[in-house]
Amino acid sequence: MVTAVPTADAGAQPGSAPPTKRGIELIMLAFAAIVVTTALVLVELNQPHGVTRSVLYDGAAYLALFGAAHIAVRWFAPYADPLILPCVALLNGLGLVMIHRLDLAGEAAAASVGDPVPTGNLPHQIAWTTLGLGMFVAVLVLVRDHRMLARYGYTCGLVGLAALALPGLLPGAISEVNGSKIWLRVGGLTIQPGEFAKILIMIFVAAFLVTKRDLFTTAGRKVLGMELPRARDLAPLLAAWGISLGVLVIEKDLGTSLLFFGIVLVLIYVATERVAWLVIGLIFFLGGATVSDMLFRHVQRRVTAWINPFSDYDGAGYQMAQSLFGLGTGGVFGTGLGAGRPDLVPEAHTDYITAAIGEELGFVGLAAVLFTYLLVVMRGMRTALTVRDTFGKLLAAGLAFAIGLEVFIVVGGVTKLIPLTGLTAPFLAYGGSSLLANYILVALLLRISHAARSPAASAAPRKPVAPLAEARTEMVQRP
Amino acid sequence: MNTPLRRVALAVMGMIVLLLANATYIQVVNADTYRTDPRNRRVLLDEYSRQRGEIIAGGLPVASSVETSGQLRFLRKYLDGPMYAPVTGYYSLRYGAGGMENAMDSVLNGSDGRLFVRRLSDLVTGREPSGGSVELTINPAVQRVAYDQLTRRGYTGAVVAIKPSTGEILAMASTPSYDPNQLSSHDGAQQESAWNADTSPKREIPLTNRAVAAIYPPGSTFKLVVTAAALEADKATPETPLTAAAALQLENTTTLLHNFADQPCGPGATVTLKTALVRSCNAAFAQLAATVGEADLRKQAQLLGIGQQDLAIPIPVTPSTLGAIPDVAALEQSGIGQRDVALSPLQNAMIAATIANGGVRMKPQLVRNILAPDLSVLDQTAPEQVGVAMSRFTADQIRDLMVAAENSYRNDGKIRGVTIAAKTGTAEHGADPKNTPPHGWYVAFAPADNPQVAIAVLVENGGDRNLEATGGSLAAPIGRAVIGAALQGAR
Repeated sequence: MVTAVPTADAGAQPGSAPPTKRGIELIMLAFAAIVVTTALVLVELNQPHGVTRSVLYDGAAYLALFGAAHIAVRWFAPYADPLILPCVALLNGLGLVMIHRLDLAGEAAAASVGDPVPTGNLPHQIAWTTLGLGMFVAVLVLVRDHRMLARYGYTCGLVGLAALALPGLLPGAISEVNGSKIWLRVGGLTIQPGEFAKILIMIFVAAFLVTKRDLFTTAGRKVLGMELPRARDLAPLLAAWGISLGVLVIEKDLGTSLLFFGIVLVLIYVATERVAWLVIGLIFFLGGATVSDMLFRHVQRRVTAWINPFSDYDGAGYQMAQSLFGLGTGGVFGTGLGAGRPDLVPEAHTDYITAAIGEELGFVGLAAVLFTYLLVVMRGMRTALTVRDTFGKLLAAGLAFAIGLEVFIVVGGVTKLIPLTGLTAPFLAYGGSSLLANYILVALLLRISHAARSPAASAAPRKPVAPLAEARTEMVQRP
Repeated sequence: MNTPLRRVALAVMGMIVLLLANATYIQVVNADTYRTDPRNRRVLLDEYSRQRGEIIAGGLPVASSVETSGQLRFLRKYLDGPMYAPVTGYYSLRYGAGGMENAMDSVLNGSDGRLFVRRLSDLVTGREPSGGSVELTINPAVQRVAYDQLTRRGYTGAVVAIKPSTGEILAMASTPSYDPNQLSSHDGAQQESAWNADTSPKREIPLTNRAVAAIYPPGSTFKLVVTAAALEADKATPETPLTAAAALQLENTTTLLHNFADQPCGPGATVTLKTALVRSCNAAFAQLAATVGEADLRKQAQLLGIGQQDLAIPIPVTPSTLGAIPDVAALEQSGIGQRDVALSPLQNAMIAATIANGGVRMKPQLVRNILAPDLSVLDQTAPEQVGVAMSRFTADQIRDLMVAAENSYRNDGKIRGVTIAAKTGTAEHGADPKNTPPHGWYVAFAPADNPQVAIAVLVENGGDRNLEATGGSLAAPIGRAVIGAALQGAR
């Protein structure tokens, strides 16, 4: 690996400093650009008008955009993980190609019935990508040390909670789209504050757990070889559970609810190293899920459409059935980019973009996308393992796990493994809020990984600032 | 904290593995179920993106696909749509396909095995894949006359013309017809309104192909089958005496079976079988049927193709039937082609063709050649002999009877210098047969000494003549015109 690094990196401080591996990042970015451009060429080839040279400019613009992000990483986080940004760029690029492809299908459909040609989603998504990369750079510039975020833990928590709750409290005219109250319509823009709340709440939970870790490790009764926490220490978990249920009931957003609870649970588990929390969390989850399925119509509808989409083919099951038809038609190798009919699946560019990929790129393409996500998550987990401060560990684990869980919920929903929940695939799917939030998330992850691999940090390790942790709370003697 | 971190990483890997396993189940194991689900429009849309092969009759593309600028790339166009509709069928996005479009779909859409090599070379050379073409046995001139003759007087009916020596179908018309161009339209509303009109139960349904998909009581044309059975079983000769009475009391009943117009068949007590067939005397043939017996009648009917369940030309043909014959009275009624006897016009044409071919039954065919997209011949339909339905001697005897019968008929549209062998039929039907206009039949072949064409004409419900209608007045002129057209082409 080291030999692949250009001399500019390794040669600066021969021997002593570890390589930054920025060269690898650049090569991988160029590789992503080639893959994405090829994908675009394939889409165009399968259109009646054929390929034009503009495809090359698109590819160059894409490389320039991510090249800028790469330069920012070089300057502000030179020791950051070299694989995360290329993976994200690949997913984002593939998403852009797919959205472009669906735009073309929409244009063709409109042309065939004589409707005016619709404005596509691609220009918006390109704008959001640019903005997202801007945010990415801004986070790298502004957050020079991730530990400073811990200081704003409670602020983040409060703002995050407010952002999460806001759409639910506002009238539906402002916040409701397709039955879910998770939006903010401001002017011409629609924002999903929940996407940002996800990160803010992770920062809070990580900071909170660092200071209150002992609380959670305090032993309670021992049952079946597991040390259960004391009942009163359950309060934070109960709060998370309650908020999740609130999101589910008031905002009718299964996905965010599940994602939020899953992240908090995993962070508690990582912080305390006690499986008991997972077991308790799972019991809470199962209880909440069962009760929701019994009480709420929107949950029941999703579950019915999941168990047998063909029983209500013309109604609730239609989208799921179309997705399955698309995936089945795609088969192992897919119909080829631009040669399938992913536009037959409603909302193919957002919730069902992975179905579109599964149809046109086949199982092989879907697997490649899943492995790319897995690579991002694993690099994130690696960061969590290597970073030295507890807050960094928890935050990195949370950020990485959030991507993994979100992918599981989205792709599982689209492929009928679990009920559909209405989250979107990070970086792939159309949606500004999701894109912005996920670029912020990745910037934080890179910031932490820079700290983990930076030789400067190892030379002068700073104790995490956790004054409250020093003030020991009382220990309870076991009876 | 590193142990739980590793476990969480493992858990995420597990989740991705679960997703992959599930995707394998959907995209590999169950892929075909989803792909071929009739509600999956992808396969159909894909078909519309390829050039479908042509259906060709006499060198003319009667069905072909033309490129459009719309979302569905190719539009199916039909030449003389209503005239050829019973043959070509239709090709509709919403309503599927019918006729040859359906029966030869795998060739037309290019998935047929015979086009495999071609597909492979398409893949390698990057040539746009397209379907194979089907060349029909239909003779456009004969088809046109058949269609015009039926529509001229607004008849509901069918005409089938077969070349006796090969089984090639020269014409297959059914009226009222429909325009398949409207069903193949890419305009959903037009498709729907055309479909509703074409399948409307309020009038004669245009979409029904009366030539092969409907069966009718054959009336007196069935006397050919009874005669063949009697001659083959040595239970009669053309000179065998039969009752000349105007009516026959059915065995063990008080019901009288009358001759046409209640006329006696001859001046004496008996007439010969020959006279009985020429004059089409019902009482005489009821008696003959009883003499032949059910077993021999069924055997002869089966040899002529009646009751065959899987006949496809390759458009599936509704099986003709003798129905149940529980007693002698039923046998007597069946002997004059009434009761539960029901034949398709194609079946009746096949009977005439078999007699014309010296008793050798040929499989009726609509496909002459299967062509590659470049119109090179991929597969040729060879004439197929199904079996010997009767001896040449019997066939020649029946031919002579039919020539005599034709000579006794009215002179509507007879062709100078051509000897036709024919039999008419006027079949009662319905709940109140005496007050329901009858179906008129005419089966024939010509020239009698060297048959080039065998035909069956059916006109439903008395055509334009109501209760007065007979096969001779309604169907015979049409049949002779079709024969004329066919012989013109044959010369």
